[in-house]
Amino acid sequence: MSEKKKGKAGIKELSPIDVYKLLPKTNCKECGEENCMAFATKIVNREVNIAKCPPLLKKENAKAYNQLKEMLKPPVKEVVVGEGEKAVKLGGKLVMYRHEFTYTNPTAIAIDVTDDMPEEELLNRINRIERFSYEYIGYTLKLNMIAVRSTSGDPEKFKTTVKKVAEKTNLPLILCSLNPNMAEAGLMAAPKAKPLLYAATMDNWKDMAELALMYQCPLVISAPNDLSMLASLAKTLLAYGVEDLVLDPGTFVNEGLADTLNNFTMLRRAACKAGEELAGFPLIGVPMVAWVDKGEAADEVVKWREAYLASMLIVRYADVLVMHGADGWSLLPNAVLRQNIYTDPRKPVAVEPGLKEFGTPNENSPVLFTTNFALTYYTVASDIENSKTSAYLIVVETEGLAVDSGVAGRKLTAEKVADAIKETGIENKVKHRKIVIPGKASRISGEIEELSGWKVQVGPRDSSEIPKYIIDKWQP
Amino acid sequence: MADKKKKDEDGGINFNPELLDLLAKFQEIELEDFELEVKDLELWLESGALPRQVMPQLKVAPALKGKPTELMKAQFVPPVETYAGKIVEVKLGATKSEGGTRGRSIVIGGETSPAFYTFERPVVHPPVVTLDVFDMALPLSKAVKMHVKDVIGDPAAWAKLAVEKFGADMVTVHLISIDPLLKDATPKDAVKTVEEVLQAVDVPLVIGGCGDPVKDADVFAEISETFAGERFLISSLTQDMDVERCAKFVKKNGHVALSFTPMDLNLARELNRRLYDFLGKEDIVIDLTTAALGYGLDYAFTNMERARLAGLMGDIELAHPMSSGTTNAWAAREAWLKMAPEWEPRELRGPLWEVTTALTLLLAGVDLFMMMHPAAVKTLKEVSGQLASGKKADASKCAKWLSVKP
Repeated sequence: MSEKKKGKAGIKELSPIDVYKLLPKTNCKECGEENCMAFATKIVNREVNIAKCPPLLKKENAKAYNQLKEMLKPPVKEVVVGEGEKAVKLGGKLVMYRHEFTYTNPTAIAIDVTDDMPEEELLNRINRIERFSYEYIGYTLKLNMIAVRSTSGDPEKFKTTVKKVAEKTNLPLILCSLNPNMAEAGLMAAPKAKPLLYAATMDNWKDMAELALMYQCPLVISAPNDLSMLASLAKTLLAYGVEDLVLDPGTFVNEGLADTLNNFTMLRRAACKAGEELAGFPLIGVPMVAWVDKGEAADEVVKWREAYLASMLIVRYADVLVMHGADGWSLLPNAVLRQNIYTDPRKPVAVEPGLKEFGTPNENSPVLFTTNFALTYYTVASDIENSKTSAYLIVVETEGLAVDSGVAGRKLTAEKVADAIKETGIENKVKHRKIVIPGKASRISGEIEELSGWKVQVGPRDSSEIPKYIIDKWQP
Repeated sequence: MADKKKKDEDGGINFNPELLDLLAKFQEIELEDFELEVKDLELWLESGALPRQVMPQLKVAPALKGKPTELMKAQFVPPVETYAGKIVEVKLGATKSEGGTRGRSIVIGGETSPAFYTFERPVVHPPVVTLDVFDMALPLSKAVKMHVKDVIGDPAAWAKLAVEKFGADMVTVHLISIDPLLKDATPKDAVKTVEEVLQAVDVPLVIGGCGDPVKDADVFAEISETFAGERFLISSLTQDMDVERCAKFVKKNGHVALSFTPMDLNLARELNRRLYDFLGKEDIVIDLTTAALGYGLDYAFTNMERARLAGLMGDIELAHPMSSGTTNAWAAREAWLKMAPEWEPRELRGPLWEVTTALTLLLAGVDLFMMMHPAAVKTLKEVSGQLASGKKADASKCAKWLSVKP
């Protein structure tokens, strides 16, 4: 793999000047920026695409355009699976560590179906996968793909199943079989769906490569615990003309856990830090290996193992995961974890303190307070919004701590609450003098009453109960 | 063509690898050499079956520089790095010969690579779990309560359960009753509680305060002196405490300070610098604040990962073992709330929430986990044991998932 070293500039090394040098330097503002330097800065921050610069697209600038494109190419290739609105982008990673830059393209989660499921079960399962949805601080968490496996061993059955799945859902598919006959049967059933084909190995790579070229679909290459074989396959398939690759270094449970994480980590480091092109593809993890040799273990135990394996792979660089357990309790932690890991690391921990209004509050509306820790604030805000109640919310400066840790760490004190009541001018907006405080701040309720002169009502410990609390307990 | 159709009807497709191999070479040959329409060709390609009769012509085709026919070898070179820094080793607990009464002491830290980069270097000291024991009743989630309901209010019995049944390496005695706004128990009361727990178990202890900077200092002082030599981890020393006073009694009595700061590496460095005036590097563990999955875990993860990488790069002020209050996972409503049926049972969702929080931070480099739920503890210990074991994967089983019938 080392012979193809290219020393691609990581996101850290790329400066706006590097980009600026290649821009037309016309300061024409056609891109919407004040000048070319401002545009270059946005390019480096990945806030705009170079295609937004009309002069750059002119023929005479083709060389500069191509140079820029190469310069900005992410160390991990972006591979698109599926067609249309629900197509999923895998990889496209710019960095190895989260603090370096926002991770692009959250890990796609695929749930499996098989070709010997009775029709009703199959359709129900697809339905459940599509309906999976959780509202979390303004985001809707969803599942992204369906992996079709052949447990029957019969290509015709596989074909029929893939056809049914493709008719029923727009979610991108992963067709899972190492047998090219089977893979082809699946592809014939969904020839335009651009599924991810799993997988080319040292034994079948030519056939799989042909199928990938014929059906223009991305291809997984699999070499369990053998990164040199994986690199060899990548090199061979690239030469073969298959460009959209996904790497499978193998997922192992128990004794194999260390190798699993090592392989994912080494591949991502090689791609991002050493510019190894053959490692520069999205990585696929298969937490559903937990179901192999499960022995006497209860299903819940296996789902538990599968779930924590998925968590570790989300943290350690998997771009797509294949899972079998489809229960809410086991999927929800991973859906949330993925959202967390893929947020912008530069987003501040704290929000601006002060007075926030919800709905159209009047002089009788309830007054509540919370802390300025971003997650606390957004959670409380979304609960109040969902309730459709009009209310005032005082955001108290706690140096970005949540209510319980704020009280424990003396960052949320009665003094601060009393000061906030004064400073926000809430006394001029409402006639009453009653404040609903978070249940987790009940310890300081007496002190707040003393210092502020307001009557304290201890509210729920969790903001999800605010709507009900206001209806049941609020009297101006 | 007739052959091909027949095969399709039979349901079996003869997909001979050699054929595609030949097809590969065939691609750059002029198509008019064949008595075939392109349309027909596409049909064949779809099924992957190429009629025998075209093969002789393909065989005479010259070797082309196009598609490879053999695997092109490439060597993957593991991207191993070396680091200027090393994480400090800190010993917790003391045996009789070390001046305490514990059955054994535990060393954490010492790493010279990022967490579980065992392709670089083996793990030096695997992470350790300390289980929470509270000195008075407090609101607990249902999933946790069901496991400890018989010992609530009896810290000694709780500690015994944590060690003997739940496999805790250490126990944290949370002295919440000393809180002036709760029971306002005296330092003497707290000493009595600690004494009971010391008698009940022989593992190293963490001593947890109530969060009041003045009261905690008074209680920690009393406990430090009474149990000099036990090498407790004093949880925690914060910026708003009398840092000099606390650091002095921790050092004088041979304990370890947990240096706690709220999600800010600069504050962490600053507090450590103040502690260095009185304490050795080997007397300090850092806690950079743990936020729950869904409630700021991203900040905690990145903070800890950065701190660990900085420590390895040579930033000595961050080259300390890290502790995490993983129990904070239960602050997330999804950990304990009764939700719609599709998210139930919470008895599984809750501890999995703690597991997910713990494993995320395990991969950031946490050395000491303060935890709550027995199932979460078991999983964390199993996983970190497997990661540190040096055992290899059995690659032969890897593809079995493709056909497994769960």
